[in-house]
Amino acid sequence: MIGAMALLGSAVGLVLFAVRDTLVYFYSPTEVAQKHLPPDRNFRIGGLVEEGSLVRHPDGTNIDFAVTDLQTRIMVRYTGLLPDLFREGKGVVAEGKLDSDGKFIASSVLAKHDENYMPPEVADALKKSGQWVEGEPTHYDPPREKE
Amino acid sequence: MWRFANPAIFYDLAAKASPWAAGISLLLLGLGAYLGLFLSPPDYYQGEIMRIMYVHVPAAWMAMFCYGAMAISSGSGLIWNHPLAYVAAKATAPIGLVFTAIALVTGSIWGKPTWGTWWSWDARMTSVLILLFMYLGYIALWNAIEEPVRAAKTTAILALVGAVNLPIIKFSVDWWNTLHQPASLMRADAPAIHASMLVPLLLMALGFTAFYVWLLLLRMRGEILARRVRGLRLARVQAGQN
Repeated sequence: MIGAMALLGSAVGLVLFAVRDTLVYFYSPTEVAQKHLPPDRNFRIGGLVEEGSLVRHPDGTNIDFAVTDLQTRIMVRYTGLLPDLFREGKGVVAEGKLDSDGKFIASSVLAKHDENYMPPEVADALKKSGQWVEGEPTHYDPPREKE
Repeated sequence: MWRFANPAIFYDLAAKASPWAAGISLLLLGLGAYLGLFLSPPDYYQGEIMRIMYVHVPAAWMAMFCYGAMAISSGSGLIWNHPLAYVAAKATAPIGLVFTAIALVTGSIWGKPTWGTWWSWDARMTSVLILLFMYLGYIALWNAIEEPVRAAKTTAILALVGAVNLPIIKFSVDWWNTLHQPASLMRADAPAIHASMLVPLLLMALGFTAFYVWLLLLRMRGEILARRVRGLRLARVQAGQN
């Protein structure tokens, strides 16, 4: 019986190992550049909203911004309402597809929160003393390179 | 130690211990909720909505803790063939199920205003949903097999196999890109959470744990009584036949 259990356990482990790559929730801009994904494929990209890249078009619904992993950037076009916590320098996950110019046309945009919790005064103090810059890599782990 | 594993002795001990567990859990939960809702500051970025963490995180921890407890008692049951171990595993399952449901629902309520979606199929959320189904399957299997000894052994194997999901849940946020943020507390570095929020969170977590102990003792006493009733009924039937 213990043998059967060990077998079942290792089967689950092997299955998980096999689907490791397909379990990827989003790709980083660098991975997108390396993988040459076809233009009609739907996928998600994740990274930081590049500082100063956000452009709201006068028509009120079209939004352009760049997603960066601090190595590569991808321009994103989105039409719709952004989540409240969407900010420049903060994490974001966008779902959509690449158009022929390599611009990412997003059908949905989610704000990705990080693991830091602190009171507003502490965040201000840390920023003032220069120990922490909002949206810097100390604060956000860029997705690791896939082997 | 085996002396306490005697069902009759355990039954009396549990009766003495459960008011203590109840008192401690209510005290800690009250204190933690007061600190968390009134005295602790809002988050610099998420604002007030982060207070849902004081329920969400302990519920998620307990969801995993209960499954771990269930798997360990199932394993002890199989190895030492002790009925009380199976009683503990069986009594834990519905409690863990409810903790898992609380974690999923509060996470969803938190996710809509922060991420912008109620649900997304990332590795963390999917693996916790699987945990919910593991609990449901375990409970269903207990109810599907009539003969108690066989039910105890079969469900124990299911619980042990399902335990492979626990490290997957814990490390899903490190192994894969997920929408869910990585661990703030149980990680290699110092906690990424300010002390003013950490204290209520830990109080709530201890309160949840004491609450689990309280419910576990109540449910185990109920199960021991149910078994005694079953034994007496069987004895009466046999006596009637002879």
